[in-house]
Formats: sequence, C-alpha cells, structure tokens
Amino acid sequence: MEFGLSQEQVLLQDSVNRYLNDQASLDVVRKFTAGDIDDKSIWAGLAGLGVAGLMIPEEHGGVGLGSMDAVIVAECLGYHVTPSAFLSSAVMAPSVLLSAGHTENLAEIASGDLRFGIAFSEAIGAREKAGITIKQTQLTGKCLFVLDADADAYLIATPEQAIYLVQADAAGLIRNRLTTVDNTQTICELILNDVKSELISTDKNSYLGALKAGRIVQAADTLGAAQCMLDQAVTYAKQREQFNRVIASFQAVKHMCAEMAAHLEPCRSMIWYAGHALQSELEDANLVACHTKAHLAEVGQFVAKTATEVHGGMGFTDLVGLHYWFKRIGFNRQLLGSPERLREDAARIQSLA
Amino acid sequence: MDLSFGPEYSAFRDTVRAFVTAHKDKQPTPGSAVKSSELLDWQTLLIEQGYHSRTIPTEYGGYGAEPDIIESRIIAEEFAREQMNTGLAGQGISMLTPMLLEMGTEQQKQKFIKPSIRGEIAWCQGYSEPGAGSDLASLTTKAELDGDEWVINGQKIWTSSAHIADWIFCLVRTEPEAPKHQGISFLLFEMNTPGIEIRPLVDMTGNANFNEVFFTDVRVPKHQIVGQRGQGWKVANAILGHERGSLAPPDAANSRLNGVIKLMQQETINGQCVIDNPIFRDRLMKLQGRVMAMQYNDMRLLSSRINKTQDAKLAGMVVKLIGTELRHEIEGLAIDVMGEIGLSYGDNPYLKGSGSWQYQYMYYLGLIIGGGTSQIQKNIISERGLDMPKEPKIQAKQGA
Repeated sequence: MEFGLSQEQVLLQDSVNRYLNDQASLDVVRKFTAGDIDDKSIWAGLAGLGVAGLMIPEEHGGVGLGSMDAVIVAECLGYHVTPSAFLSSAVMAPSVLLSAGHTENLAEIASGDLRFGIAFSEAIGAREKAGITIKQTQLTGKCLFVLDADADAYLIATPEQAIYLVQADAAGLIRNRLTTVDNTQTICELILNDVKSELISTDKNSYLGALKAGRIVQAADTLGAAQCMLDQAVTYAKQREQFNRVIASFQAVKHMCAEMAAHLEPCRSMIWYAGHALQSELEDANLVACHTKAHLAEVGQFVAKTATEVHGGMGFTDLVGLHYWFKRIGFNRQLLGSPERLREDAARIQSLA
Repeated sequence: MDLSFGPEYSAFRDTVRAFVTAHKDKQPTPGSAVKSSELLDWQTLLIEQGYHSRTIPTEYGGYGAEPDIIESRIIAEEFAREQMNTGLAGQGISMLTPMLLEMGTEQQKQKFIKPSIRGEIAWCQGYSEPGAGSDLASLTTKAELDGDEWVINGQKIWTSSAHIADWIFCLVRTEPEAPKHQGISFLLFEMNTPGIEIRPLVDMTGNANFNEVFFTDVRVPKHQIVGQRGQGWKVANAILGHERGSLAPPDAANSRLNGVIKLMQQETINGQCVIDNPIFRDRLMKLQGRVMAMQYNDMRLLSSRINKTQDAKLAGMVVKLIGTELRHEIEGLAIDVMGEIGLSYGDNPYLKGSGSWQYQYMYYLGLIIGGGTSQIQKNIISERGLDMPKEPKIQAKQGA
C-alpha cells in the first residue's frame, strides 16, 4: 500500500516547478494579463517538458502518463498562476479525441503546435440562452465561456452531449475574447453562422470522461493556488511587525493560518485519490470528481479570502499581487460546474436526487 | 499510488473474516455490565485470537505479534464491516498500557498490563484540574514524600469513569521549586485508597461519566511512580499524542453520514421526503465531500506509517480539529432533518434512533473541547506545522 507520489512523479513536479520559477514568474504573468505578451512561449516550454502531451499515448507522440500525473502538473500551474492551455488542450481534448478514436491531431497537440479549446458550458448549463443548432454538420448559434481564447480548434459539446470539432479560422466563425476577473486563464465566445464542423462523438462517455478529468484537474489547480496563498500568508506574517512583534506571534493570525492549513492539507489527499481513481477507472471516479471540485472550490474560497486578510491592507493591493491567486481560485470555482451544481450531480450519481 | 494491501495479506483477511462470520452471533449483548463475565470472556477470546492487544508481548498477557500496520487495519475493517464488538477500550488500554510498555519498570509491566488488557483492572486518568485545563502543566495537586509514601492533596476534574475505576494514573506536582514542566511526576494508585472522594459531574447530555476527584492526605507507596521524579510531563505527552488521532476517525464519520442519508430518505415534511428537498440535500452533499477528504487524509496517514519516507506530519495534526467539528455538524444536520422531532429526548415517544443524534451532537461538542481544545489544536498546527512563533509570555500575575 502506498498513498503518495512515486519518485518519477516527484521528479516531474520538480522539473515543472523549476521551469515555472525560471520562466513564468509573477512579472511574466502580469505582462500576460496586461496583454503585453502572449502565452505561446510558456506553452512551448511546457510542451518541451512533455506537459502538452502528458496524457497522450506514446504511439501518438505523447508521454503516455495518466491523470495522477496531470493533477501534479496542474497543482504546479495553479501554484504559479501560470497562463497555459493545459486544462483544455492537454487534458480535456485528448480525453475526448482518444475515447472517440479521433487520433490524427494528437501528435500536434502533444508537440504544443496545435491547441484545442473546450466549449462545454452549454452542455453543463446554458446561460444567456446560448447554444447551437445543427444542420447536418453545419453549426449556427453561440457558445459562451469557451476555454482558451487563442486555440486553433474547438470541441463543442451539445446539451445532448454530442461533440463537434470546429476550426478557429473556419468561415462564419467569429471569436471574441471575454475579459474575466482572472485573465491568467483566457476564455472567449464563439459566434457561429453556418460553420462547417466535424462530428467527433455522439457517445456520452466521451463527454463525461473529459468533464470528469477536467473537473479533477481544475480542482488540482485550485489546490496549488491555495497552497501558494497560504505559504505567502505565513511568510508575510513572520516578517511583518506591529506592536513590536511579528504578527505571526499573535494567536488571531496564527489561528487564521492554522485553519487554512487544516482545511487545505486533506485536500491534497483528496486530489491524489481523485487522480488515482480516474487513472485506475475506479467505480467512484465520477462521484469523487464532483465532490473534489466542489470541496476544493469551498476550501479554495476560504483560503483566498483568509490569506488576503492575513496580509492586511497590502493583500488588497496590486503591489503584492495576491489577487492573481484570489482570482484564479474564483475562476476555477465557476467553470465546469459551480459547487452547488456539482453537489447536485453528486447526489444524482448516488440516486439521491 | 497503490491502494491494495498486496496478495500476501489476502489470506490474513480471509482468516479474520472467517472468525467474524463464525462469531457474529456470539458477541456480548450491547449494554452488558462492566466486568460481566460475558464481556471478560469475549475480551479473552479476542486476545487469544490476536484481535485485541495484538502486539503486546505474551509475557504481559498479549498476543505477541510483530507490529504490522496493515494487519491491524484489516482487522479493524473486517470487524467494522459486521459492526462486530472490538473488545474493551478505555484509557487504561489505549493510553496507559502503551506508555507502561515504553517507560514502565519490569515490575510495573508484570503487575499491570495483563489485568488491564483483560479488563480486570479499570483505569481512570487524573490530569485536568479546575485551574489547569488547556494549560495542563500548571497543575497544583501536590505529592510530598513522607518516608516510603507519597502524600497527595488536591483536586482533579473531568475524570472520566472515576466512579467505576479501580486505579488511577495521575499527574501530581512533586518539585514545587522546579519550572512548571519539570516539577510533575506520574503516579499510579488505587481508587479505594483512604482520602479519595469522587463526586459525579453531570454533563449537558444528562450523563455523569465525568467526575471531580478530591485527594486529602492520600498515601501511596513510593515505588508507584512511572519514570523518574519530575519526568511526569514527558510521560504524559507520550500518551496524549496517542489519544488525539483516535478521537475523530473519518470512517466512523462516514458511517454516521450514511445514517443521515437513511434518515433523510425516511423523514417526511407534509408528506415530502426530506431527501427531495434541495437545501437539505446540498447540506448533506457538502458534508459528504468533507468526510471524503478526511478519509483520503486517513489513507495518507496509514501509508506514511508504512512508508517512513513519506511526510504526513501536518496531515496528522489536523485530524482532531477537523474531525470533531465535522462530526458535530453531521449530527446537527440529522437534528435539523427531524425538525421538531429533533427536539425530542429521553422518554419522548417520538424519539428516533434512541436519541443518538441529539446525544452525539452534544457529545462531540465535548470532544471539540476535550483532549486539547480546537484553539489548542490551532496553536499546535501553526507552531509545529507551519513553524510560526509562540505567543510571547506575559509577566505572571502577582502572587501566582
């Protein structure tokens, strides 16, 4: 029995963290969110480490690792609030394409040369009356909150859980980048007017498999972001002096940090278990995916607020930049299912709803 | 990740399961009297089969197996599966016995361990005092040496089971001049010694498991000390670590949560099942997610005990804090599910589940406070887990 990371997984974690420390510092993130740079060089660098093809089998040009490895990478990305196409292009899209046997794009996705975006919002729960109508394979309508505003192609899920592929440069497709509170991760809307598409899958399992993986990996991103906020709060509290003492010596501050740690530390085990459950196709993987994302959303929100408070007024400023993590956690909370929605799914899976 | 216990343990599991199946109908009836032959015979059987006191050496009355965390886990799982009686618990077995094995003299081990694990000697723990709760080391019950005897004067409180205990393990101040942590000694003595008075302390559940214990010139043989004079704090801390993790096991929380699910499927409001109410359902699912996180945390802790290179220090420190609060909320949800029926208690004919939801709701508030309050747990997590500094000491009060 071994509940933890293998030596190889620790090496993977170290190499991704080292790369992000060197190449994707907060300064780089700031420039990206300001629109001064794009994320192409970061994604190329990550692809060089095997991150873009992490879950793609070797025969299709990938590294052939599993969801346990994906949650490790996602935690690193969240910790560094890194802009990347990981969730959509390296996790969810390969999951759909592999399950549908649509393998011709996988090698280019693995090399990082091709980025796939994900348009699942209308299948999860349509807002603003968005949605598409389909005539043969021509798509008309609107997709909102689509992951990755710079992707080369998009996988669109319908409420019936069929999945269509459209190219970003297809005739009749307008793509508008949507500003979000976060902006370390990009989303867009797709307006489609009789756009040519390719039907990838009508099997619900293609959709559900990708959604499950996406939820777990996104929760791992929140874990990383929250861990970083806690680390920053503890470090700050040990340096900041008031009343002739470091504020880390006040119980009021210590207890805030202890509460964050107490809620967050079991989340790490939950993420590991979820990654393992998905990789080993355990029966409870879907239930675990729903609960993991919902629980991490709640704990993440608590940590985001509390860690900011520990910083006092400085936590509220752009100078310290804590808000990048705060907003990342907020972004992750809403996309691919908000906590209430996820808990309703969890109840349904157990036939309680 | 490897969540299996490996093929070498499957034969062991089969053996345990066979025992459980064969003895399902032979276990003591719930509520059997303390020290009834039914309970003591069951306890003896469990020890002989290696399902209790498994790693305690045979010369002290145990089964004498090599420590194996996975075997212990399998026994616990198989007994839990059939809700089998796991034998005697209590502070003499869970706390004193492991401590004697580590720090007791050979004579103490010979004298106390066997009758303690067999249930023939029942123990209580004399730690807390009216003026020494969270700050336990400030205790003032004193023991002075007079010839070959300690003479004890003072008062203990929150002494569980003192009214049914044969012996007490007790912290007393023997070196009043020494710094507070270095002036404490650990004594063992009989509860029928002259000068001991026990007064029951009724708690909010209506039970009187706790007691106040008063000592007036209680005379105890000099050799009934564990460790050296002044080492009592060290001895006590070795056992407190033992106690905390076991106060809030996540598997028990999960089985209570499953009980709430059943309750929600049965209870109706105006004919509508509570489980069909989305607000209650959301509260239930929220708790289920939190329980799951603690169960996986527990798996990690188990794994770190098997694989010594894994660091799970912080994961262990949070169990008591999170586990007791979580359990209190689970029991509280059940009461809300029942609404007005949830107010029932005692002999109320509308009482459900023998009132266990109401009882446990209050009992777990007791556990949030006992065994190191939530606030003390947060001090431990921040100081030992996050390496934050201690609160600076303030000048002691005049005359203190």
